[in-house]
Amino acid sequence: MSSLAPLLYLVSSVCFIMALRGLSSPVTSRQGLNYGISGMVIAIATTLFTDIVQSYWLIVLGIAIGGIIGTFIAIKIKMTALPQLVAAFHSLVGLAAVLVAAAAFHNPLAYGIGSPGEIHLASLIEMALGVAIGAVTFTGSIIAWGKLQGVITGKPVTFSGQNIINAALGLTLIALIIILCMTESVAVFWMIVALSLVIGVMVIIPIGGADMPVIVSMLNSYSGWAAAGIGFTLHNNLLIVTGALVGASGAILSYIMCKGMNRSFLSVVLGGFGAETTASAHVSNAGKSAKIGSAEDAAFIMKNSGKVIIVPGYGMAVAQAQHVLREMGDILKAHGVDVKYAIHPVAGRMPGHMNVLLAEANVAYDEVFELEDINRDFAQADVAYVIGANDITNPAAKTDSSSPIYGMPILDVERAKTVLFVKRSMGSGYAGIDNPLFFADNTLMLLGDAKKMTEDIVKALEA
Amino acid sequence: MTQTAPNSLTAEAQGVAQMADQLAEYANRLAIDTAQYSFEPGAASGSFLMTGLTVFVLACFVGYYVVWRVTPALHSPLMAITNAISSVIIVGALIAAGPLADGMTFSKLMGFFAIILASINIFGGFIVTRRMLSMFKKRG
Repeated sequence: MSSLAPLLYLVSSVCFIMALRGLSSPVTSRQGLNYGISGMVIAIATTLFTDIVQSYWLIVLGIAIGGIIGTFIAIKIKMTALPQLVAAFHSLVGLAAVLVAAAAFHNPLAYGIGSPGEIHLASLIEMALGVAIGAVTFTGSIIAWGKLQGVITGKPVTFSGQNIINAALGLTLIALIIILCMTESVAVFWMIVALSLVIGVMVIIPIGGADMPVIVSMLNSYSGWAAAGIGFTLHNNLLIVTGALVGASGAILSYIMCKGMNRSFLSVVLGGFGAETTASAHVSNAGKSAKIGSAEDAAFIMKNSGKVIIVPGYGMAVAQAQHVLREMGDILKAHGVDVKYAIHPVAGRMPGHMNVLLAEANVAYDEVFELEDINRDFAQADVAYVIGANDITNPAAKTDSSSPIYGMPILDVERAKTVLFVKRSMGSGYAGIDNPLFFADNTLMLLGDAKKMTEDIVKALEA
Repeated sequence: MTQTAPNSLTAEAQGVAQMADQLAEYANRLAIDTAQYSFEPGAASGSFLMTGLTVFVLACFVGYYVVWRVTPALHSPLMAITNAISSVIIVGALIAAGPLADGMTFSKLMGFFAIILASINIFGGFIVTRRMLSMFKKRG
């Protein structure tokens, strides 16, 4: 069995690669999921049959408890709450990594990395890194969850000297890891855990709600690196491969999200976005007035148009407007209108958030387009229906070099003949920036709750 | 002379026997050491670091190319499924909770809790991914 185990772990690694490969298209995605599940089953079964595992009741109990909780949560969760759920799940991976590292530290014989008090140096370094990343992932994800859930303020929490304190904490962590490697002290091990938990809070607390797609991706990446770190400690290639895959995935998503906001990863991580933007709100729109329309006006305009592009944002998710939105689209299509959906990479609170919500509302995925695929179409569109989005449509990103979002790729909704802008109030978006689009000649503001307004439009269309 | 010769011969023979004994003992110890080193995986940890690093870097590249091919529409399921598969650290938890031991040791307890956490993720992650993917439909 001991010679077969590495081979089976290899099969499992390949399954995980195939799982991600399957996600290249919705058609193959379910097959990919099956690969992922197979890989996990092979990994667990292989480990259970190794010589080291001889007592099963604790394992069965643990898997049963976790399985029931996980299944229950996954079935009950609303699709709009996905970002919180993913953040919460990341925290569990982080904590599990800490626990596994602690177990290995206290019983190194079981893992073949030395005996208590005489753990090999390389293993100690790997263990310290794994436990530190795991602990940062744990508390960082909890803070991200709190911000997404609304338990903790979504606004950036900043104070003076924050970066200096963070740097000091980081240096202390490095010092502790060095001390651990020299002394192998149990107390130092737990000090590393405690300090990393604090760092996790400090790293995420200054980051604002609108930057959450980057942060959720980043934590996704961390949970992978933590798994890889544990893989090094346990001399297990499967964990290393899987950790690297997940780490790379999260890193790429973070990069895509940063690009979608035209911000450097560093500036997101250093946080404080939204705090300094109040100053730039000086681009005053005094003297200009917005045109306010009614649901009936909107229904009339859309019914008589040839092409409508719907631009959803986080506000649609908050208002749970995706179902009625799809209904509106269906009625328009029945009137012979060409309806498409345009998704900005950072719309919502996690990568692909809008796509999932639209899919939940039964919008076909081939009617939903990414920014680069649809942006040219706005010029030919009669109506752009912006619902719950703001900053991602703000033309100031192209024209006003003093704007905090200058250079961010935006959906060119202003090129459509008419822009219907559903919004709760005339306030600014998450970034706290005025949107000149509200006052454009071809814009009609539809003030009200996204869901209520769309329902009223549906009623008017049916009348 | 004739008396001393057998004496010295016996002494010499004894000396040789002693040396042979010592040599046998050395050989024995060497054999034990060799066996220990070859069976103790940690002794090869220096070489594992290189193997592990090789695997790690190559896997990063595989991940890079595979993930860039994921369609943006499926980025949420991607996060959910990577979350589920990163819970493969349950392997480490099983090793911690698995050994026979008198009562509940600290590392068994840690392993037990880690199994619960990882299982929540595995089941939750895969089921949520399935829920999401089942919603993606083509027109008509």
